[in-house]
Amino acid sequence: MAWTFLTTRGLDGLAARWAPRLLAVSALLLVAGLYGGLVLAPTDEEQGEAYRIIYVHVPAAWLSLYGYVAMAAFGAVALIWRIRVAEVMMAAAAPVGAAFTALALATGSIWGKPMWGTWWVWDARLTSELILLFLYIGVMALRAAAEDPRAGARAAAILALAGVVNVPIVHFSVEWWNTLHQGPTVTRLAAPAIHPAMLAPLLVMAAAFMVYHAGAVLLRARCLLAREPAAALAEEAA
Amino acid sequence: MSAGAAGAFAALVRRDLLLAWRRRGDRLVPLAFFVMVTALFPLGVSPERAVLATLAPGVVWAGAVLATLLGMDTLFRSDLEDGTLEQMLLSPLPAPVLVLAKVLAHWLVTGLPLVLAGPVLAGALHLPAHAQPVLVAGLLLGTPALSLVGAVGASLTVGLRRGGMLLPVLLLPLYVPVLTFGAGAVAAAAAGLPAAGHLYALGAILALAATLAPWAAAAGLRISVA
Repeated sequence: MAWTFLTTRGLDGLAARWAPRLLAVSALLLVAGLYGGLVLAPTDEEQGEAYRIIYVHVPAAWLSLYGYVAMAAFGAVALIWRIRVAEVMMAAAAPVGAAFTALALATGSIWGKPMWGTWWVWDARLTSELILLFLYIGVMALRAAAEDPRAGARAAAILALAGVVNVPIVHFSVEWWNTLHQGPTVTRLAAPAIHPAMLAPLLVMAAAFMVYHAGAVLLRARCLLAREPAAALAEEAA
Repeated sequence: MSAGAAGAFAALVRRDLLLAWRRRGDRLVPLAFFVMVTALFPLGVSPERAVLATLAPGVVWAGAVLATLLGMDTLFRSDLEDGTLEQMLLSPLPAPVLVLAKVLAHWLVTGLPLVLAGPVLAGALHLPAHAQPVLVAGLLLGTPALSLVGAVGASLTVGLRRGGMLLPVLLLPLYVPVLTFGAGAVAAAAAGLPAAGHLYALGAILALAATLAPWAAAAGLRISVA
């Protein structure tokens, strides 16, 4: 019984129940995180108020990678066990992850203009994030191009997995090639190099984005399921 | 690899080479493209020796990547159209071995000419002579990796009507590491720095691509043909 979410109807029911709750929780966290980040957190000594964009930029960048791994994991499940709902979840995860990638790029660019004096540099982090966006676009384009949605989803899953192998390689190839972006301050083995008063809202924002990701992916999955022929749903329910 | 698979591998390479030889005009298109793309840079940027020498590693490598990309769509298409691909997948032989044979034949026909043309074009762009061996070594390691990764993309798009248009979008992000390490090796050598590290990285990418890409491409073909 517990595995009913592996049927399309089960997933539809699960998403119907959970997507609104997750989105509501994410909205609450978002309000709390933004209040903490924009009002409560102290002003940075060097960057002034401009640093506050990290409360959107850094969680978006984390989620861009998390979203890719989640998409590829759904793709792997879809390919290995041929589970249809995993195909739907993979297809639903692609645009959400791509949106976070685009958000990370846009906010980074807005921050870069006053701090680095330029909208864009061909830096390792920026370039690999841009390539990540292209990988997302490739996955979405491949899925959309296929006439049979199931074949399209499986083809896109293979591409997503090829991308997973490639992402660390891209990351290191460009890392050694050219770097301006600062190193990690939070996600490192030593203690975070950021003041706790600044860190707390950041983690709340990251939680808000993560819950939003889950809610948005489930909502998109419902939309994708709704577009599928009713016959396919009935067939699985029988 | 069993004797049957080895025999099929050799037969498939021979067949693809023979087919390429009978239509040799077609197979030279990527090479011509490579030459023309390279020729655009002196025309578009500047014919000055110093400028071209700086650009040479990147231009030659970007040209090789684009030329490989151009040839990739032909890898499986004719076999799909005449039904050969279906028979290959239906045969009891391991599909990744057959993919590897096709990629090898394809590389010999389209990749190897790029490796041979690379130093000539780089010389025309005034790349210092001492960087030429690194360029050739890099192309020898890098272009097979491009063909292998390209086979994955070609396997996923071969069944699509707009597949040829989609292929660059899928493959270029995956080609970035080969480009950066390949061009990085040549640029390092031209500057008199050791290039071995870049070449080792290219070798590692080739090893990874040779072990994973045939399986991924075989899985992709099963989806495209089904």
